[in-house]
Amino acid sequence: MSAPSAASPAASADRRRPQALSMGPLARMAEGTLAMVQAEMRKLRHDYLDIVTRSVQPLLWLFIFGTAMRNNRALTLGTLDYRAYLAPGVMAQAAMFIAIFFGLAIIWERDVGQLQRLLATPLPRTSIVLGKAAGACVRTLVQALLLLAVLAAAGIGVRWSVTGVIGTLAMLMLGTAAFACMSMLLAAAVKERERFMGIGQLIMMPLFFASSALYPLKVMPGWLHVIARVNPLTYEVQGLRQMLVGVGGSGEVWLDFLVVAAFFAVMLLAATRAYPKAIV
Amino acid sequence: MSASGADPALLVDGLVVRFGQLEAVGGVSFAVAPGEVFGLLGPNGAGKTTIIRVLTTLLAPTEGRALVAGFDVRKEGLAVRASIGYIPQAISVDGALTAYENLDFYGRVTGVPRRERRERMTEAIETMELAPMLDRLARTLSGGMLRRLEIASALLNRPEVLFLDEPTVGLDPTARGMVWERLQALGVQAGTTILVTTHVMEEAERHCDRLGVIDRGRLVEQGAPAELVARHGVETLEEVFTTVTGRPIGEQGNEDEGRLSDVRAQRRVARRLG
Repeated sequence: MSAPSAASPAASADRRRPQALSMGPLARMAEGTLAMVQAEMRKLRHDYLDIVTRSVQPLLWLFIFGTAMRNNRALTLGTLDYRAYLAPGVMAQAAMFIAIFFGLAIIWERDVGQLQRLLATPLPRTSIVLGKAAGACVRTLVQALLLLAVLAAAGIGVRWSVTGVIGTLAMLMLGTAAFACMSMLLAAAVKERERFMGIGQLIMMPLFFASSALYPLKVMPGWLHVIARVNPLTYEVQGLRQMLVGVGGSGEVWLDFLVVAAFFAVMLLAATRAYPKAIV
Repeated sequence: MSASGADPALLVDGLVVRFGQLEAVGGVSFAVAPGEVFGLLGPNGAGKTTIIRVLTTLLAPTEGRALVAGFDVRKEGLAVRASIGYIPQAISVDGALTAYENLDFYGRVTGVPRRERRERMTEAIETMELAPMLDRLARTLSGGMLRRLEIASALLNRPEVLFLDEPTVGLDPTARGMVWERLQALGVQAGTTILVTTHVMEEAERHCDRLGVIDRGRLVEQGAPAELVARHGVETLEEVFTTVTGRPIGEQGNEDEGRLSDVRAQRRVARRLG
């Protein structure tokens, strides 16, 4: 340990490089992100009931609200079963809930010590935010598979295709990652945990109602239409709807992906800058 | 052991940290030799945690210089982070994971090479006597076990310097003794340098090789516990503190410090460990 060295510590250019830096920054980032994803999968294995209870709310929307509104032809876009129309919206909403509460929960006492420690490791900071976002994606993925299974079992008119399902899962995870980063950004701004719940709701519900999750954009009044047009959740839902039931907004799935991906990139950058400051 | 001789593992020189108008650390200097257990002793709000945050690169100093394992915290933050272990006062293991999974997680995020990970984990498990509790979820472990698990997880990257912020808060006397015993063994056996903060006089006196007494952001005295007691011609460290600061350690030094959120956080930790 106390290896003799003639030069002063500040001046010695030949001192050895710490072993943890033998991996390059990208390798460290990948390793850290994967470690966080694996930790999340392990947590789910220890407590799978959590995902089941969280899936109750989207199912209530689908089977109670969806069934009640089933015969409203303005909402169903012609012949489509409203529950099929609603399914992608409800899936996106459930994923957004996971993301927002996941982000908020990590500033709670439970993980504050963990995050302080992570910041004092050679892990790149982007990797901490990315790893947490990926952790939320793991939960979304499991929940989405569960919801898709229910849709199939209930015989709701979804157009099943391999690419549709893969695209759906990809879009949901991209959206979750983006909203998780947004939530971390929010957590950086609101340090009092008593406020989190209120502010979380304050952000989530307007995003949900001012999107195409529940109803088509064309039934909205002008002002709401404008808000919905700049709401990333709208694009997530449109993309999902296009891939799952074959109807949607523009019909350009790539555009929906592009908007959600751009939203994710901006949120990731912002959260990487702001979030670590909130922990220290 | 003294700070002269080999290059110090820690060198703090004229460190100042200001938050706006508030000066949390006002010109602190000290050095810690490799393998030494150095204690920062002072009341809540004295600036101990702020110093640790600077040395672990979580906070940039306003003025002054600090070298950790020979690396500058300002210019070589990454190399510093790769050379240290850090256990904050708040619980840093994940209660929803088992003890083993927590170790595996920290092995990965601290950059332990894959081929060495298993061996390092076995080593840390032995050192901290964790074998019987590896498959238990961390939230079911007692306070003493949790702290040992945290220390084990901070040893995987074989840190040159280990930082611990109030590691015995909330622990019963037996668990406290066990934690200190392990820490001292680390210094002796592995040559790990340890910087630990505490506000418990008795622990500082019994377990630290040398101490720095911090009060209102300033280092008011430093030396080996016995040396300090002898220098001031008193019986206990508590009396040393009273002599150098003019008041007993129990009294809050700075009324702006020890904010509600800090106190609440400390109590939460104590409750979870207790």
